[in-house]
Amino acid sequence: MTMTTETANWCDRCGEAAATGDHDACRAARALEPPRYCPQCRRRMKVQVLPSGWSAVCVEHGTHAAPR
Amino acid sequence: MPEILDRARTQVLDGGVGLDEAGVLAVLRLPDEHLTETLQLAHEVRMRWCGPEVEVEGIVSLKTGGCPEDCHFCSQSGLFASPVRSVWLDIPSLVEAAKQTAATGATEFCIVAAVRGPDERLMKQMREGVAAIRAEVDIQVAASLGMLTQDQVDELVEMGVHRYNHNLETCRSYFPNVVSTHSWEERWETLRMVRASGMEVCCGGILGLGETVEQRAEFAAQLAELEPHEVPLNFLNPRPGTPLGDQPVVAPRDALRAIAAFRLAMPRTILRYAGGREITLGDLGTRDGLLGGINAVIVGNYLTTLGRPANEDLALLDELKMPVKALSATL
Repeated sequence: MTMTTETANWCDRCGEAAATGDHDACRAARALEPPRYCPQCRRRMKVQVLPSGWSAVCVEHGTHAAPR
Repeated sequence: MPEILDRARTQVLDGGVGLDEAGVLAVLRLPDEHLTETLQLAHEVRMRWCGPEVEVEGIVSLKTGGCPEDCHFCSQSGLFASPVRSVWLDIPSLVEAAKQTAATGATEFCIVAAVRGPDERLMKQMREGVAAIRAEVDIQVAASLGMLTQDQVDELVEMGVHRYNHNLETCRSYFPNVVSTHSWEERWETLRMVRASGMEVCCGGILGLGETVEQRAEFAAQLAELEPHEVPLNFLNPRPGTPLGDQPVVAPRDALRAIAAFRLAMPRTILRYAGGREITLGDLGTRDGLLGGINAVIVGNYLTTLGRPANEDLALLDELKMPVKALSATL
């Protein structure tokens, strides 16, 4: 299952509502971090960091992956 | 030139004898206007006693999160409200990670688990994983699995694990402020067994945990006493949900001064840039560190956070005319 591409409701770093609050720091931090929360449902994802990429799995919405 | 640098030039550069705790402290207390010459001296020491080669390593987390220990810097502790969830890496993915690491030219691949110490499930995963890597990938395998029993030490040797990482993290006097679920002495005991087994000892720590400059010097001296083959030097990357989540990052000049000071304490060891260098020093810091005593890097990502792309570090080594240590040189 791959991640569905719906609008992000939640910040994938802090898990708070994407539309409220200031997430500039989260966006900056994400340059050096994988996502931790599903942007669609806010569930904590199972994240595996690999030397050249990462994958993040939400039980409801599937897998994010970012090979580099 | 400050007296301590004069002394270091004679004692460390010419004689190969590292500075003691008082000497390291004097280096850490040098004002900013002496930072450049301190880094230059540390670089000369590294070149004299280690040579121009840089050891390149990749690391991967075999078991992430859910750790029963309370290391206050760690997002993988199950005791804190960290967003990191527990996950295990399967063997095919582990082998693929080793292949990707070897493809960068790295000679070291360290398998890490967030545990107090290995249980039978983890040791079984290690047996299968190390055997699969050794069958398919031309790379040295290291491990970092927490505190070990003698039987586990012996078994890792049998598997062919050539180096074992177990960080003391910080100096003995500050350790209880950082970890309460086990002691500095318990970690030392594992390191003693590892050394006696013939595996190479890899032991470093994290700077910026709230320790004083005096405690930083104490830590360098305690590491020097251990005489580890390798010292990974991390800088705190404050993780959300951990007790140190709001701790400020180390100031770049203090980080560079520490790199030089640790090199002057341990002229012959492999001093590796590890986690936190990106957030502490930025891209330029990698260059400054490599010209200030560092002679090894972790390339690519870390355990739960991301690093610089490996090709950027490798391009920098090429530009600095620092050859990547070949596998044959480590066997």
